[in-house]
Amino acid sequence: MEDIKPVMFKVTVDGVEVEVAPGTTIIQAARKIGPEVAPPAMCYYEPLKGSGGKCRACLVKVTAGSAKDPRPMPKLVASCITPVQDGMIVENFTSPQVVEARKGVVEFLLLNHPLDCPVCDQAGECNLQDFAFENGTNTTRYEEERRTFEKEDIGPYVQLHMTRCVLCYRCVYTADQITDGRVHGVMGRGDHSEISTYIGRAIDNDFSGNVIDVCPVGALTDKTYRFKNRVWFSKPVDAHCDCDKCCGSVQLWYRGDEVIRVTARKNEWGEVTAFICNTCRFEKKKTSDWIIEGPTKVNRASVISANKYGSNLIKKPDFALKLAESQFKNIDDTRPYVNDMSEIKQSEDYKALKQINESFFKK
Amino acid sequence: MSIKILTEHCNTPGIETFEVYRQKGGYAAVEKAVKKMTPDEVIEEVKKSGVRGRGGAGFPMGMKWSFLAKPEGVPRYLVCNADESEPGTFKDHYLMKTIPHLLIEGMIISSYALGANKSFIYVRGELMYVIHILEKAIEEAKAAGFLGKNILGSGYDLELIIQPGGGAYICGEETALLESLEGKRGNPRNKPPFPAVKGLYQSPTVVNNVESIATVSWIINNGGDAYAAVGVGKSTGTKLISASGHINKPGVYEIELGLSCDEFLNSDEYCGGVRTGHRLKAVVAGGSSVPIVPGELFLKNSNGEDRLMSYESLSDGGFVSGTMLGSGGFIAFDETACIVRNTWNFSRFYEHESCGQCSPCREGTGWMQKVLNRIEHGKGSMSDIDLLVDVAKKIEGNTICPLGDAAAWPVASAIRHFRDEFEWHIQHPLEATKAGAVYMGAVLV
Repeated sequence: MEDIKPVMFKVTVDGVEVEVAPGTTIIQAARKIGPEVAPPAMCYYEPLKGSGGKCRACLVKVTAGSAKDPRPMPKLVASCITPVQDGMIVENFTSPQVVEARKGVVEFLLLNHPLDCPVCDQAGECNLQDFAFENGTNTTRYEEERRTFEKEDIGPYVQLHMTRCVLCYRCVYTADQITDGRVHGVMGRGDHSEISTYIGRAIDNDFSGNVIDVCPVGALTDKTYRFKNRVWFSKPVDAHCDCDKCCGSVQLWYRGDEVIRVTARKNEWGEVTAFICNTCRFEKKKTSDWIIEGPTKVNRASVISANKYGSNLIKKPDFALKLAESQFKNIDDTRPYVNDMSEIKQSEDYKALKQINESFFKK
Repeated sequence: MSIKILTEHCNTPGIETFEVYRQKGGYAAVEKAVKKMTPDEVIEEVKKSGVRGRGGAGFPMGMKWSFLAKPEGVPRYLVCNADESEPGTFKDHYLMKTIPHLLIEGMIISSYALGANKSFIYVRGELMYVIHILEKAIEEAKAAGFLGKNILGSGYDLELIIQPGGGAYICGEETALLESLEGKRGNPRNKPPFPAVKGLYQSPTVVNNVESIATVSWIINNGGDAYAAVGVGKSTGTKLISASGHINKPGVYEIELGLSCDEFLNSDEYCGGVRTGHRLKAVVAGGSSVPIVPGELFLKNSNGEDRLMSYESLSDGGFVSGTMLGSGGFIAFDETACIVRNTWNFSRFYEHESCGQCSPCREGTGWMQKVLNRIEHGKGSMSDIDLLVDVAKKIEGNTICPLGDAAAWPVASAIRHFRDEFEWHIQHPLEATKAGAVYMGAVLV
């Protein structure tokens, strides 16, 4: 029998070529290349079906639609929902138009965000912080009053602080797809729309805690952990247990000997790899409940790695090296270099300059 | 007197009843289509006519129909978009309330052409009395055998369902309309897939405007070539224009595309000129979401040629000096109108109607509204003008649906053409905040 080779599409993102299966989205193709070309994502979440397209953080420019039809796409496209075509050429960080549009998206997302990072539990592992730091500007041009909401308890474990929300809809998709009977959703319209629960109903089921993990900002927080710690003072450890509801593989966050928080494991894109149940998340907070696998590998760029880890546990981001490699140029030896200074010394400019220098040093 | 395709019998007493409509030659097109033509022939006829979507985008209707995917065993749907909510546009409302059978007849023929056995009319929720008129018309058509099972003995079944909307502007966007029709929150969907492949209930769907569907019966009666002979160039046929603002005779007018703008504005047959004793300052040619242009740029394009009421001629000059025909919501402003206040009013509408799904539109429309509010109330600064231009630029083209563009264009174009008025507002806050105060320095026609 002949080997049937699967059809693969060749895609170029920021000048790097990659082969992916048909049906892959641009963002997945870019992530396959690596973090240096992957567009940021605030609402797209791979494990959740139907997510994406809302935050517009991942906008990219398609300079050639496909090998058959190499016309550029007229608008910037959301890379998380646009499937690749064979021969597609995508510009991400190399396109000034994309960089400009992304600056705009950062600004829009931060318009009504309270920027209360100093008191926010999410600080340090916040997608919005990373996104704004990497793509945004230093200042804001917004002078108007920001939209604010009261804090709201939705269920026994979760608190909603709507003021911080960026309306990514991730929690809505999570509740829709992971749990039975979604009772929360988006109410209202436009910039006054909010996440809220059905009148008088609380989120109460075994997997409700996952909305905390998927939230890119600090809008949905763990009530058992609120204000207890900053993430960079705690140390993540991989662990697992036998759980009849979920897979039981989690991350324990230690401060000293104490487990202060349990979360699901996340991959390098900040996406939960396996959702965990509320019993694991909120109730098993003793080391004896768990089988420890070892310390979690933490990206060196993350603030969580600060002052805690030996070099062997830290994943070094190699994009700095790659950047240096790409920008390094040999010194141009063909430059004319004049050894003979006599001609220069006789010029008026030189004399004037010398006089200024001497008068300066005499003082 | 120019040709009237849609509004010919509008003034006949009792035209909303089946008997009078039938006497005037109504439903002849259904008989012709269902008995003598195949669905493909109907589509071919519509293609030949070159009629373009009347909802605003102006996409050729026959082409849209031919894109419809036709997989085996999957139902297909036709949805009529009667969620007309654009400020300045009221033509569908008029058409549905005066001559409801024209829409029903068009729906029957279109559904037959597309092979849809269930078709929907999504009517804006505020127009409850129009819904009652349409429902009565459907009952009458059903009693006469033009709707329901086995229409005119041809074996073709059609059920026509009227769905009142909740009254959201965003539900006029076709994918948001489909979501709303499915009973969900009216958020526009990400495209692709387009509705022609996966629309209502994940089945192939065509969404058409009321006016587009209403033209179909005339096309079937008289042939696509006869329709294509009306109009100019690629803008074939007639168009309903809802004229409002500072003109002598506001109302809904049916014009032949290619009519000169000057004639439309000034002749007694149509608008009857700008309000007596005043001069034209600015024009919104196709509903609030198209760029606003000064009067002189509406009458003549930047090369000094006369503009015509057609898709091509109005958009001549792009966004720098042109505008768009859009949905035909013609609003004229004379020199007493304050452009800053008007722009603020439009942006307040878009802030209220943004669905809040994607961030540039959700936050940007609110931001623009707040800045314009400040300028209008005498608290603006000069940097705000450039800020508005920049925000509009960052919204435009970066959103899921065209509402972002629609919110950005009026602001960007108002600043482009009337920057001096914005500057005057900022420099003279005390005068600008007085009731009825208007900047008179602009060059008027």
